[in-house]
Formats: sequence, structure tokens, C-alpha cells
Amino acid sequence: MAVAGDTDIDIQPGPVTPGPAARRRRLGGPGLRRKAELTLLLGPALLLFAGFALLPIVLAAYDGMYKWTGFGPLGSFAGLYNYRLVLDDPVFRQAFGHNLIIVAASILIQLPLGLGMALLLNRRIWGRTALRTLVFAPFVLPYATTAVMWLLLLQPGGFVDQVLKLAGLSGLTQLWLANLHLVIYTMIVVLTWQFFGFAMLLMLAGLQGIPAELLEAAALDGASAWRATWRITIPLLGPTIRIWLFLSIVGSLQVFDQVWIMTGGGPANASSTMATYLVQRGFQSSEFGYGSAVAVIMFGICFIFALLYQRFVLRRDTAGALTRAVG
Amino acid sequence: MRSLRKPAVAAVVAAAALTLAACGSSGGTASTSNNGQVTLTWWTNATTGQLKTVWQQAAVAFHKAHPKVTIQIVPIQNEAFTTKVPAALASNNPPSIYQQWGGGQEASQVPSGKLTNLSPYVSGWIGQLGAASQGWQVSGKQYGVPYDLHTVGFWYRKDLFARAGISKPPATVPELEADVTKLKAAHIVPIAVGSKDKWPDAFWWEYFAIRECPTATLKSSMKAVNLSNSCFTKASKDLTTFMNTHPFQAGFLGTASQVGAGSSAGMVANGKAAMELQGDWDPGVMAPLTSNKSITSQLGWFPFPSVPGGAGSATTVLGGGDGFSCTTVAPAATCAEFLKYIDSAPVQTKVVGANVGLPANPAASAALTPAQQQVLTYSHAAPYIQTYFDIAFPTNVGQALDAAIANYFAGQGSAQSIITAVSQAKSQQ
Repeated sequence: MAVAGDTDIDIQPGPVTPGPAARRRRLGGPGLRRKAELTLLLGPALLLFAGFALLPIVLAAYDGMYKWTGFGPLGSFAGLYNYRLVLDDPVFRQAFGHNLIIVAASILIQLPLGLGMALLLNRRIWGRTALRTLVFAPFVLPYATTAVMWLLLLQPGGFVDQVLKLAGLSGLTQLWLANLHLVIYTMIVVLTWQFFGFAMLLMLAGLQGIPAELLEAAALDGASAWRATWRITIPLLGPTIRIWLFLSIVGSLQVFDQVWIMTGGGPANASSTMATYLVQRGFQSSEFGYGSAVAVIMFGICFIFALLYQRFVLRRDTAGALTRAVG
Repeated sequence: MRSLRKPAVAAVVAAAALTLAACGSSGGTASTSNNGQVTLTWWTNATTGQLKTVWQQAAVAFHKAHPKVTIQIVPIQNEAFTTKVPAALASNNPPSIYQQWGGGQEASQVPSGKLTNLSPYVSGWIGQLGAASQGWQVSGKQYGVPYDLHTVGFWYRKDLFARAGISKPPATVPELEADVTKLKAAHIVPIAVGSKDKWPDAFWWEYFAIRECPTATLKSSMKAVNLSNSCFTKASKDLTTFMNTHPFQAGFLGTASQVGAGSSAGMVANGKAAMELQGDWDPGVMAPLTSNKSITSQLGWFPFPSVPGGAGSATTVLGGGDGFSCTTVAPAATCAEFLKYIDSAPVQTKVVGANVGLPANPAASAALTPAQQQVLTYSHAAPYIQTYFDIAFPTNVGQALDAAIANYFAGQGSAQSIITAVSQAKSQQ
């Protein structure tokens, strides 16, 4: 409409001062159009976001203030009682500790592994495509499939133990899922197996954006391959690494599927995570008020981390990419 | 996870309203017309399989015998009962008859005022069900009636016992310990347990508690949701002593109970372990986990042994079962009559045929395997059937107990921590 209005005015012969109505159109037109566009494009997404993300968070925070079994109306109002109980519960703290161990392991193991593999598979080597596919394949598997597969492999006397025995390493066989001190590290191996291919894929994509001329120039200046990688490739991969770190840390804080299927968080909570704790207390124990409090605390931890990361780490990467209001 | 509850509830309510509008009264109220015709709505968890057919036949047959009574079956997914029943009991439109597991869950429903006290109507025949029906009583009043029963005991491999030189099942815990030694000497894993699932661990602790605590103490402790009596601490100590014989398979903390050949049931089914403490349903679980077609005939059963010096009954049984409750919207006498019919020998024989559990009425026992008959006979002779603690207690307390016992199995916590877990969960209700 606004466009049609403009056209009407432009085809007037000679210098014409637009009348009040036309001026209104000229002034109001782009604003209206902008509003219509915003409403049309953002409206449905905002509606979904409000209905399925914001509202549930508010409701969960509200439900978390009640002693509620999930049946019938909300029980008695308890204020922040549930939240305090959760934070005081050593089992929750233990679960949070496990999440932090998984975060640390993903950074210390998956990052170097994924980066190294990406650097290797970025070169022209024989079987490169097959290797890339092979490394990335576990990430494509459904989490439940991965969990069941490893569950079977890690049974006492199972495939993993048999392979160790055949290799003459029978002394290394373990109760992988039943040893209280080992089980969380077993889970880390499974999670690394599933996710390091994703790290590799992101790094590979990042490597494609590094101009070859820079490395050629470095080579001409006499820089060794190691020095060129360390001083040029890795710094230029910075934005990719920082995005991967963000995804990996948030994912590690929310780990559920593999742990739930393989160990249920046990034995004796030795592999529990915040998410398995939430399901155990919220659903299995039918403590929906308490479970809601756990969910809100878990959300809070992830949200605060995301905000801080955005503010202090990602800002320089996204600064140029953000659309700003003009004029 | 709470996040979708309210929109979901709204959607469910809207869908239910539409369905009700379209289909008339599929929900609750028993309708009585002027000519004395009564329609009873019946919520069952038999959505598929043979039991669904058994119930359909029962409804038709009952209508034939009582032309003025029509039974309208509403099959509902098992897991949906926990949410649907409280909502229905809070409304003015509950079903006439609904699935009832008894115990603490039933007790929590009684204050709704919607459950019919069936005692005056069933007193003439409920005795033939034995002690089992007590699990559906609240304060001595019969608010529900069982239609099948479950009993926990030892399922063992007769061939492996024979190979280890064990001529008869153990009658006392020291005898069981001696058998564990014999089986180990014969390089056989004595006992399989599925600790990953937690509740199989709880069977062990609960049975030691049953043998250590007098029946009156068990009853009062369940009612008060309090395990502070010293007999429960003794139970924990008995369990520790027994576990010091290392009777379970390697890595039992990570073993599932019923899923896969590597589960505890699968281990017994495949001859990898000699016995396990499980419910009467275990042979049915084992059969698909092995290629051994004669597994059922190779299995024997014996009850949990007595504990020397224990103040509890040596013959009390741990178990549970399925049943039905009537609500106040249904004519009490008619509803009770229908439950009597469900527990009659012909219907109970069909229930056995549906392979869901032991019949509530022993008159139907002829249809059982010899081992199942032995379980049933033992169960009916029991002076008291203790409902699984996690069902007898409110849900959150039951789960806290299971978790504490599982921790104890893993060497974490103390005898006291099991008792504390219960009191702590109770205080958080």
C-alpha cells in the first residue's frame, strides 16, 4: 500500500507539493510497512516462543513454590522452600558436580580431539571422505541407540572386556557401569565418542573460511607447519571454537538420554546429572512442585552461563553480525 | 518438565469436553433410569491382550445374568490412572468401578469421600480370598477388592541346585548362606539381582524387615510412615551380614532386572545364575529371554527363608496385586455383586489364562503351573501379606526408600540412612 502511494505521488507531472494526506502516507507508509512486516514475520515466532518457552518457565517457577504431587489442584504454598531443599540436597549437588566433570571433559578431550582430527582431515590424505564420515557418524545416531549399543558392549564379560582380553589386557577389564568410582568416566567416554565428530565438523567448516594465502605467505616467510597452525590457523578458528564451546557446555549441563538409559543415574547416584535427578524426583517420586524447582534451577544455571558467555566471550564474534536499528 | 503441563491439561480438557459432547457420557456416572436399568462405567487398564477379552466376556455375561445392569467398559492406559483417577474423584462424575492397587494409594483416595465401603456387601465371600484382600482395606474397611495377586519369593534352577549338591531349598537364612557357598564352590553365580532398577534391591531389605518385625509393627509403621522401630535397623544389619557372603553376580549394581539376556531374569533363564528373589511373574519374563524351551519346568520356587531370632512371622509374604474399587455414584450392592462375579471361579480361571498374575480366588488355581500353584498355596496360607513398601507408602516416600536401599546395596549410607530417608521424604510432603 505504501509503495502504491509513493508511486501515485511520483507520477504527478511537475514539482508538486504533496497534500496533507500524501505527506501522512509518505511519513507513515514505511512505518506501517515496517510494523506489518515485523508483525507478520515475528508474530508467529514470538507467539510460539511466548507460549512454549516463556510461559512454561514462568509456570514452572510458580509450580516450584508449591508442595504439589501432580494430582488435583496445587497443594500448599511453600514459597522458596522447594528451591532451598534442592540446593541443600547433597544428591543434587553431586549431580551438578557430575555435570561440571562432563563439561570439563568435553573441553579437555573433545576440543583437542575434534580440532586435531579436523586439521588432519583438512589435508589431502587418502580416504579423507570416508574418515570424515566415520568420525561424524556417531553424532548422527539417535542418543538412545548409542546408549543401548554401549550398554551391551560394556556388560561384564561383554565385547569391550573380550577385546581387552584378546589384546592381552585382561587386567584392564572393569565393571564399567557398576563401579561407583568409574561409571561417570565410562559415561564421558560414551559422550566423547558420540559428540567429538560434531566438534570436528564445526572445526572443518571453520577451516574452510581461513584464506589459503595467509598460510602460503607464512610458508614463504619460512614458518614451520606447526608454527603456522599455532599462530594463524587456530587464532582464525577462534569464533568457531568459541561457538563450539558454548554448545558443548550447554549440552553437557543438560545431559540426560545416554545416562538415563545406561545407568539411570546410578549406581547410588554415581553417574547422576541434574536432568536425571529432575526426572527421578519430579516424575518417579511424583513430586511435581519439587521437580519444577529443579527444572527452574537447572534453567537458571544454563541461562546465567549463556548470558555471561554472550557478554564476555561471544560479543566480539557477534558484534559485526548483529542487525542494528538504523536512523 | 512441568513446562507443558497447563497447556497440555487445557488441550486434554478441551479434547475431553468435545469427546463427551460427541459421545454422550463415556466418562463416569452410573445412570439409573426409571425402570430400574443401571449402567456401570468400568475403568480398566486392560487396553490390549487377553485380559481385555476376559473383561468384555465378563461384562456381557453379567448383563445376561442381571438384565437390568449394563457394564460399560472404558479401557485406559495403565500409566494414565495415576492422573485420571484423582481428577475423577475430585469431580462429581467418577467412574462406577476403577482399577485399584490398594495400599497407601487407596488410602490417599478415601478422603475424597467417593469410594464405597464395600465391607457390608462382600463380608459373606471375601474370606475365600485369604489374607490378600487386606491390602485393599483402609482402617479395616474394604474399599477395594483384588482380582489378581502378586507374591515375591525365590525362583531357582533345579538343575543348578542339583549340580551344586543342594537337595532341598533353604528354610532359614543360614541355610541360604550355606547354599550360596555350595553354589560358589560349583562355580555357579548363586543369586542374580537387578540392582539397576532399585526395586529388586528393595525386595531383599523388605523381606528381612518382614522377618524381623512383628506383623503389628509392620502395620503400624506403614500407617504412620515411620520406620523408627529397631526391627528395621536389624533388617539392615541382616542384609549386610548376608551381603558379606557376596551372593550376587559381578557388576550387579549395573544389571537390569527384566530387560535382555544379561538381566537378572535373563541370567537365571540362561543358567548363568542359580536363583533370584522376584515376583510370581518371573517365569513369564524369563521365557522370551532364552532359547531354552523347557525353562518353566526347570524352575522351582521357595519362599523367603526365616531369620533365626526374628520377631516377625516366618510365613508372611511380600506382594501386591490388582483390584477394583466402587464409587458412590454406583449402587453399592450391584457394584459389589459385579466384583463378586469377577472373583468367581469361572472368571478367575480366565484371568489365569490371561497370564497376568495369580488368581485372587484360589478356586482357579488348577489352571496354574505346579510352581505357580505352590506360590499361590503359600500365599493363601500366609497370615499376612505385606504390600510392597513403595506401594504401601505415599509415592515420594516409597521412591525415597527404594533409592536409600539401592544406595545401601552399593555400599553407601548406613542402616540408619534407610530409616532417615523415609522420615525425610515424609517431612517434605
